[in-house]
Amino acid sequence: MTDLGYPLLSLLTFLPLVGVAIILSVRGDEATGASNARWTALWTSLVVFVLSLVLWQKFDRSNGGFQFVESVAWMPEVGLTYKMGVDGISVLFVLLSTALTPLCILASWESITTRVRDYMVAFLVLETMMIGTFCALDFLVFYMFFEGVLIPMYLIIGIWGGPRRVYSAFKFFLYTLVGSLLMLLAILAIWNMTGTTDIVTLMHTNFPKSMQTWLFLAFFASFAVKMPMWPVHTWLPDAHVEAPTGGSVILAGVLLKMGAYGFLRFSLPMLPLASEYFAPVIYALSVVAVVYTSLVAFAQTDMKKLIAYSSVAHMGVVTIGIFTFNVQGLSGALFQMLSHGVVAGALFLCVGVVYDRLHTREIARYGGLAKIMPVYSLAFMLFTMASIGLPGTAGFAGEILVLIGSFKVNFWLALLGATGMILGAVYMLYLYRRVIFGVLNKPDLMGMLDLSAREIVVFAPLVILTLWMGVYPSSFTSFFDATVASLVDHHQAALAATTKLAGVVR
Amino acid sequence: MNWTLALPEIVLALLGMAILVFGVLRKQDCFHLCSMLTIGAFVVTAALVLNGSGGLGFHGQFIADPFALFVKVLILATSGLGIIVSLDYNEHENLRRFEFPVLVLYATIGMLIMVSASNLMTLYLGVELNALAIYVLAAFARDDLRSSEAGLKYFVLGALASGLLLYGISLVYGFSGTMDFAVLADALADPKKVSAGLVVGIVFMISGLAFKVSAAPFHMWTPDVYEGAPTPVTSFMASAPKVAAMALFARVMFSPFGHLLAQWQSVLILISIASMLLGAFAAMGQGNIKRLMAYSSIGHMGYLLVGIAAGSAIGLRGILIYLVSYVFTNAGMFACIIGMRRGGRSVERIADLGGLGKTNPGMAAALTIFLFSMAGIPPFSGFIGKYFVFIAAVNSGLWTLAIIGMAASAVSAFYYIRIIKVMYFDPAAPRFDAQPASLSLVAGAGAIFTTMFFIFPAPIVAAAGAAAKAIFG
Repeated sequence: MTDLGYPLLSLLTFLPLVGVAIILSVRGDEATGASNARWTALWTSLVVFVLSLVLWQKFDRSNGGFQFVESVAWMPEVGLTYKMGVDGISVLFVLLSTALTPLCILASWESITTRVRDYMVAFLVLETMMIGTFCALDFLVFYMFFEGVLIPMYLIIGIWGGPRRVYSAFKFFLYTLVGSLLMLLAILAIWNMTGTTDIVTLMHTNFPKSMQTWLFLAFFASFAVKMPMWPVHTWLPDAHVEAPTGGSVILAGVLLKMGAYGFLRFSLPMLPLASEYFAPVIYALSVVAVVYTSLVAFAQTDMKKLIAYSSVAHMGVVTIGIFTFNVQGLSGALFQMLSHGVVAGALFLCVGVVYDRLHTREIARYGGLAKIMPVYSLAFMLFTMASIGLPGTAGFAGEILVLIGSFKVNFWLALLGATGMILGAVYMLYLYRRVIFGVLNKPDLMGMLDLSAREIVVFAPLVILTLWMGVYPSSFTSFFDATVASLVDHHQAALAATTKLAGVVR
Repeated sequence: MNWTLALPEIVLALLGMAILVFGVLRKQDCFHLCSMLTIGAFVVTAALVLNGSGGLGFHGQFIADPFALFVKVLILATSGLGIIVSLDYNEHENLRRFEFPVLVLYATIGMLIMVSASNLMTLYLGVELNALAIYVLAAFARDDLRSSEAGLKYFVLGALASGLLLYGISLVYGFSGTMDFAVLADALADPKKVSAGLVVGIVFMISGLAFKVSAAPFHMWTPDVYEGAPTPVTSFMASAPKVAAMALFARVMFSPFGHLLAQWQSVLILISIASMLLGAFAAMGQGNIKRLMAYSSIGHMGYLLVGIAAGSAIGLRGILIYLVSYVFTNAGMFACIIGMRRGGRSVERIADLGGLGKTNPGMAAALTIFLFSMAGIPPFSGFIGKYFVFIAAVNSGLWTLAIIGMAASAVSAFYYIRIIKVMYFDPAAPRFDAQPASLSLVAGAGAIFTTMFFIFPAPIVAAAGAAAKAIFG
């Protein structure tokens, strides 16, 4: 099967389901069931995480192709195989998923008190779907995982969410579903033309230009909603605000990356001409996202909503990077996705900490927390800085690379993209000032405790990651350098081929 | 005259009569016993079907081929499930009469004949035998006003549809001089020479068959009859007869009229679009779950008709895979609906499911699986069925159908997940009564099938592919 002798990626993908089976098989009263579910989920996700470190260790960083490939005939009549594999683009997202899941389970330890078993089951199923999405090397297998994410997430938002959870859950589900169905149409069209849904084969298939345009639009509908890009981002603030902390972290940390991952995995390599053709549109939408949502974030009074809008802005930077089609832009986009996964996740956890204590996310209800919660203030500050993109933190490398990449394309694009950093500093510092500094004069704040041991355990790895990514980014970029280089070569070659062809015709 | 080809049907008919006589002669109540005997009869028949040989019998009026075999096994399995879900309900609603399983059995014989028809007369015979038994079943709760109304309504409208069908058959016969499918196919090999009268006949036949599968715009009876009929009967009506009628529909369109694709394709496209959209939009406002299932089944018929409109072996394979997924999901879904009983009384409002996730997690989980499957969300079997049907549409260049189908899927997802919302997000309604084992069995089996189908679809896909090839040669 693989060089390892065992199907590592399938194991990673489906191991969480074993945890689900254990949780479901244990009977007992509410309290023991809940405690059992928590521990089982935590241990399962930790085992998955440890297993995923094999990827970190054994991944050949000089190889730009797919590794750990597994392939089993599934429905040969329609050219469908169950195929898994990772390359430099996907491997870190697998690790991000496996790393964030145990943290989310730990973060939900005390804040989820009702129907704990169901919650943990949903979370483990979600983990399976996330890892599967990033590992799938068959388009339909990818689609099944990509869509499958909706099921647990719908339930997580709807059952354990805030007051407007039903509305948000519906909006999340239907927005994403409509986008995905258009992608399914595109998959059908691709199958009809090539007779296969194998991603590796499709990457080297030349689709006719007119077809590329339609396929691109269909993919775009799905990935732009998932990312989310302006103007189809409106489900995100709702979903983020209403979801429980763990759900928000996974939404911001991993689910938002699926859209960008889709662009990198499908749109760019399979549809180079259409990608080139639509790049200006993407730039325009991204710039609007960066500037507009940053301004909207500034106006928010709800902490989660503010961070949600900042996510849209950060994702705008990512799309700019992806569609610059050069090494710097693509590397920057990938790095930005990873760092945003860690930092935005951490910021939602920060909100979760104070929400657990005061049960409000209203910024105005806080102030002066620095006095009573010094450790918390320190962690919050680090993540705020990382979100702004301060050198030495995770956010810096990605943004600067994207800016360099976009400079190569267009000065104005780079300039407008860079305003995101400035505006980011404005709204994040403004948030930090209002929550952490100021006078501690609200009586109900006085009794708030600093981070508990459990919360420190949750934050410690994120702090380490944030600093590590900021100080020594090459230990992460080295994973995808080879893949990005080959992606860029592939893109140039495809464009060159068409130009040559055009020359011949003329 | 090779009558042994019809051995399964003959044996089933004889067993049915034996069970009937047994029920009449035995003075005390024997509903359960007769039900079990009927299931046994289905098993025997299925074994005979599986071991039967292929070919034409009764002077070409009856055909046994891999297609018939596939569909017959599916029908027998579905009818068996239909009887299992009726056991407990009939017990509680005072419908414990041995005639019930016998009627299901006779309806099933009608379906088997429909599937094997290779002559317009056999076709009509099968359709009528099936319908006659179901008219009675729909009105089986004869003291209940709604049930009687459902039976009567179904009868009147069914008679009208039979009339349309018969009129179509007579036109086809009049303009071609034969009723035999094979001879018809030869006679109609050149579409240019076909008279307009014959095409009109085909359109009448399509109308009659569309009524049988409850496709829009011939669906009007469905919501009322589904709501009024006793729930196990609704469950039965929504599954096995639909399978048989859809298989018959496909065979009639592909086998005798296969060369006239250009003539009938647009009609099928229209019916399919109308059904998908109606199923998606009309179900939205429903508060009664049986009515909702009626509209949902209209939508599903629309998706299935996409496969017929595609007019290819791929389309037929898609239909068969979709049907397999549909019947098991449907059986499980109705097992849950029948289990909605509170204080001994059946309830059927969607609001009654409120908070089911808390009060009965198992049932809620099963329903969630069925609903997601019906909405076509992967990895459940409903997605795979839809995928195979839409593959056929795209393969035949029917992009309009594919796009409208996707849109309808998205719209119908709204009302499916609304039920999930009621079960999980809404405050709890009072508990349902304890589930009887028979219903839990069917719901559990349906849920496992629906969830696990994606792991081992290859044998069913291969069998469906072989069955489809039998029709297209």
